[in-house]
Amino acid sequence: MKKLLLGNEALAQGAIDAGISGVYAYPGTPSTEITEYIQKSKIAKELNIHSNWSVNEKTAMEAALGMSYAGKRSLTVMKHVGLNVAADVFMNMSVSGINGGLVVVVADDPSMHSSQNEQDSRYYGKFAMIPMLEPSNQQEAYDITKYAFDLSEKFGLPVLLRMVTRLSHSRAGVTTGKRVAQNEIKLPKNERQFQLIPMHARGLYNHLIDIQPDLKAHSENSFYNELIKGTDTSFGIITAGIAYNYLMENFEDGNCPYSVLKISQYPLPKKSVKHLFDTCDKILVLEDGYPFIEELISDFLDENKKVIGRLTGDVPRVGELNPDNIGKALGFKVTESKETPKIVSGRPPELCVGCGHRDLFNAVNTLGNEADSQKVFGDIGCYALGALPPFNSINTLIDMGASITMAKGASDAGIHPAIAIIGDSTFTHSGMTGLLEAVVENTKMTVIISDNSAIAMTGAQDSSASGRLVNLCKGIGVDPGHLKVLTPLHKNLDENIDLIRDEINYDGVSVIISQRPCVQLSKEKKDNIKHLLEIAIN
Amino acid sequence: MKINIILAGVGGQGILTIAAVLDTAALASNLNIKQSEVHGMSQRGGAVQSHVRISDKQIFSDLIPIGKADMIISVEPMELLRYLPFLKQDGLLVTDSNPFLNIAKYPELEKLYTEIKSYPNNILIDAQKIAKDLGNSRATNIVLLGAASSQLPLSDESIQQAIKTLFERKGEKVVMKNIEAFKKGKEIAKEIFSKKVIL
Repeated sequence: MKKLLLGNEALAQGAIDAGISGVYAYPGTPSTEITEYIQKSKIAKELNIHSNWSVNEKTAMEAALGMSYAGKRSLTVMKHVGLNVAADVFMNMSVSGINGGLVVVVADDPSMHSSQNEQDSRYYGKFAMIPMLEPSNQQEAYDITKYAFDLSEKFGLPVLLRMVTRLSHSRAGVTTGKRVAQNEIKLPKNERQFQLIPMHARGLYNHLIDIQPDLKAHSENSFYNELIKGTDTSFGIITAGIAYNYLMENFEDGNCPYSVLKISQYPLPKKSVKHLFDTCDKILVLEDGYPFIEELISDFLDENKKVIGRLTGDVPRVGELNPDNIGKALGFKVTESKETPKIVSGRPPELCVGCGHRDLFNAVNTLGNEADSQKVFGDIGCYALGALPPFNSINTLIDMGASITMAKGASDAGIHPAIAIIGDSTFTHSGMTGLLEAVVENTKMTVIISDNSAIAMTGAQDSSASGRLVNLCKGIGVDPGHLKVLTPLHKNLDENIDLIRDEINYDGVSVIISQRPCVQLSKEKKDNIKHLLEIAIN
Repeated sequence: MKINIILAGVGGQGILTIAAVLDTAALASNLNIKQSEVHGMSQRGGAVQSHVRISDKQIFSDLIPIGKADMIISVEPMELLRYLPFLKQDGLLVTDSNPFLNIAKYPELEKLYTEIKSYPNNILIDAQKIAKDLGNSRATNIVLLGAASSQLPLSDESIQQAIKTLFERKGEKVVMKNIEAFKKGKEIAKEIFSKKVIL
């Protein structure tokens, strides 16, 4: 019988059935459920598949590469912006290549449902010159993941598997197949493969260039790139990943009269594209994310207007695709519909009732009223909601860890008080190096680690920082006299304001740990955190 | 046979539970399903929705096109109206009447109810009270599912079996309370429909 799975869960089951020995990941919407599925899987536990959360995406991808070095199959998972963090290893492991199959799953977030941009990971795949896959539905998410590991081992390269929010977070019935046994330890044949000193790297890079035609040829003949011939030649349509579904939704029972090239594997298969180009009047490109394919096949000099899509405005330039904006691009009349009545107000997300971040923002805002010059540098997590009313506490929010380093630069420029607010897990993800920089120069700034002992925004996963923050800060060299811990509760408001005021007036770097577990945590988890903190104190 | 359902409410109100019941019942009835949902940032006290599509044929899009939803089931009255552009002409509206007040500019309740009642096919009920009277205020969502059930291409047996499957690990009492909630919702909707026909 079919199993009802999210796209993410289907992918995860595919990875288990492909014989992975480990998944390495940092939570991030819309990718989180992939790793969680493996963590909860009974069979994964029996097989001793590694699935604990990593500290960040870079450490995750490097650990996955280490497992691949040993000859075993590994999966690494992140959201699109996570790949920026892991870009260093990502670009270099395409040069070294892999040993055991290695698949990099990146979940993009067109329309920025839970992200700060809608960057398209396919550019990274092209940048690294590795094979890329993009499933169009839940069943394909399962099948293509198994295929991805074979492809990775066939070419000795990592494979990038791109998901998008709507596929990650939509369920459908999925038929699963047989599970492949895990690889045994088997070290690389060529000792130099993983030693990227320039004299080795040049040869390996040449090899990567040399096999590009092979990757293209494989893609030309791939089962996952299908040219479906139609009868009406006024349009030829190229769809990438889930765009195919939205296209077919516009035709009764999916009976599309146009020729359709359904793409799920890259590099782009040139022959099929050329066939479409030669036999149709116009080429409509439908892809979620950036106009990646459209840009590749468009005419730079605009002398030939054959290709239309996001760049030409026939499809909206930004935001995700849907059946309606594709119908419009096909020239269909928009279905008549009602409007949302004017009395309906917006309901943006908000911090939970009883959340410790609320009490922290209340204290910080009181100090902001005392000093107009105060600027608060925020970071990625639930507390980013402090940028919205009723708090309006945060002045900046850019990327993981940027609160501390931006506060430092602003302080260097003469902004005081400069306060960084960063979560516990974001601090261990990307904040520690910035703090070291501030400590080295004893920059006049205050770092507040809002420690709820969880990666809360993505579903309260375990944080690597739990019970370790005080010792980490001491180890980095923060003056113990200016390393304070407070409990963000309404009853402590006045004393918390006094404590923070003292530290922002200090002429050097100070750290305040605002410590109260996330209200979403179970009692069991809260007790465990208490235990960890006790150990840390002793 | 094809049905498109929008589920609406505020993060934490049990929308995904309604979706799970529908999915499980449809799967057991050998039907195809696609059901998209919202995870991540928007879940925190914000407006959330789920698109549920059930058909005996292949379903392509995970998202329901504008003007193609057969019904909207909402656990909150204002959230119901947010998704009206998806509703097809004469589509069904099913909602709980109790507002979830976590925003400054919530509309006047009477105006909200008047707006909802201006659509002929509506079931506006105090599902929360019905669930509470049955001794399980957490079953508000299942009361609403019951109220919509006569318009679903799923048998009562398959839905009740799905409720059993999904709530089993919470104990038999919870299963029974939810089945009662489902039946009560169905009964009340039947009354409402019969009165409307007479009028």
